[in-house]
Amino acid sequence: MLTKDKSLGPTLPNEGLSPEEQDLFSNARPELYQPYPSEVVEKFINWVRANSLWLLAFGTGCGAIELNPLMTARYDAYRFGFQPRPTPRQASVFMIGGYASVKTLKRIIRSYEQMQGPKFVVALGICPVNGGMYWDSYNTINQFDLYIPVDLYITGCMPRPEVLLAGVLELKKKIKEGRADGHNRYIQNLDWYKANQKRIIKNWNMPDYNW
Amino acid sequence: MDIGYWALKVAYFLLTLGIVTVYGLLLGATIARTMAKVQGRIGIPYWQPFLDIIKNLGKRTAVSHGVMFYLGPVFRIAGGIGTLAFVPVIYGSEMFNNFTMAGDLILAIYFVFFGQLGMALGAGESGHPYSAIGVARGLGQMTAYEVPFALAIIAIVFQYGTLNINEIVAAQQGGIQNWTLFTNPLAVVAAMLAFLGMTMYPPFDVVTAPNEIPIGPPTEYHSSFLAFMATNRAVFAGAKLILFMDLFFGGATNWVEVVIKTWAIYMVAVFVGAAFPRFRVDQSIRFFLRIPTLIGLAAIAFVQIFLVS
Repeated sequence: MLTKDKSLGPTLPNEGLSPEEQDLFSNARPELYQPYPSEVVEKFINWVRANSLWLLAFGTGCGAIELNPLMTARYDAYRFGFQPRPTPRQASVFMIGGYASVKTLKRIIRSYEQMQGPKFVVALGICPVNGGMYWDSYNTINQFDLYIPVDLYITGCMPRPEVLLAGVLELKKKIKEGRADGHNRYIQNLDWYKANQKRIIKNWNMPDYNW
Repeated sequence: MDIGYWALKVAYFLLTLGIVTVYGLLLGATIARTMAKVQGRIGIPYWQPFLDIIKNLGKRTAVSHGVMFYLGPVFRIAGGIGTLAFVPVIYGSEMFNNFTMAGDLILAIYFVFFGQLGMALGAGESGHPYSAIGVARGLGQMTAYEVPFALAIIAIVFQYGTLNINEIVAAQQGGIQNWTLFTNPLAVVAAMLAFLGMTMYPPFDVVTAPNEIPIGPPTEYHSSFLAFMATNRAVFAGAKLILFMDLFFGGATNWVEVVIKTWAIYMVAVFVGAAFPRFRVDQSIRFFLRIPTLIGLAAIAFVQIFLVS
């Protein structure tokens, strides 16, 4: 029996919005998504999710330049069920392409929260791990996992398309085993993630959770 | 005409609907694989459209924008199923004749338009500006290509003297020379030009325009809504192809003929699509209202002067 876990906390304050905008946006807290009650159905649907990965076509950093050759004839990610989609509503994988500046992080948060259902984040390059080449910059983030939960890291600067393909296959394996649960981690620790995000993003003029 | 008769008819229609859905999805995958081979790739697996639909149904969250947002895909799939319900698939077969009756040609054309209207209402409710732009372009283009299509239909109706698709197919039996393609070629040319607009392949794909506005009307649609619309894409494409096959290319007497003829008609749109870039929406509206409309009018004149005596 599917249950809605309502004990996650009160509704969100949405302090960044002006009073006129408060009733235009929802202040509900997101709920954990439960797996299907039957084990067989859950394994089958995880296999389907792994074989039909839709990538959000939003190149956030320099890693995006390695995503285009991935779709062309030499590496051909389409045969793995991997296709780009232009809108976050329809995408299930978000590839953080390299460094994330503070300005881009605000847009990454906005896009990530608009994605639906089981969603996965793959971090390309060494920058989301420890800051990489920009570790002492005033404007980039050194540890990406504090702000958005990451399911898979692909290291390198920039990783070649073959490495990206190997990473995609590793992500598929993780999804099939049911271990790719960044989405639920985000909802369970939403207050901690939001505190981290608001500490670094000063002009928070959007709702607390972008439904 | 008791309840058993109607129950059997509905059961046969559901069987046809299942076959056309599976065929439409496999046709889409085959075309994508063919285009991929042209580009030197391997392409998606044949079962990929099925996996995409199941994955979208298996999403655990969904965001709705109101009642009309729900009704958008419902109207769309109603248009697709409605078109299929009144078009006979296999001539002479009791099982696969669907609910064809006198005057079903007008009903089929109505359902073709109805789906797009429903989509417009649903996409407008989603509140996304890109959806609104896509919807405005889509409706404008649809109104434009309906003109040569309607003129071609009128020419056919004058030629055969009936609005019943079954009788139109019956008049085309008895050899390839009886097809409308050879007895009334102007109407077929006008209708095939309108067909290019219907399939929304280049040069008329400004409605969804994946690189311009993010996917146009379906921008806010996701999860089960998108699964509905993906299924409808297969059903609607299959229904339109079968309608064209019945009206202009002699109908079919078995499923092999259905597959070959619909594939050939679809490849016309794919060949044109592979060769042309995208028209702007004002260019595409002007295109449809110029030469194809003149060809449609010429088809009516041709029928009145030479065929109906």
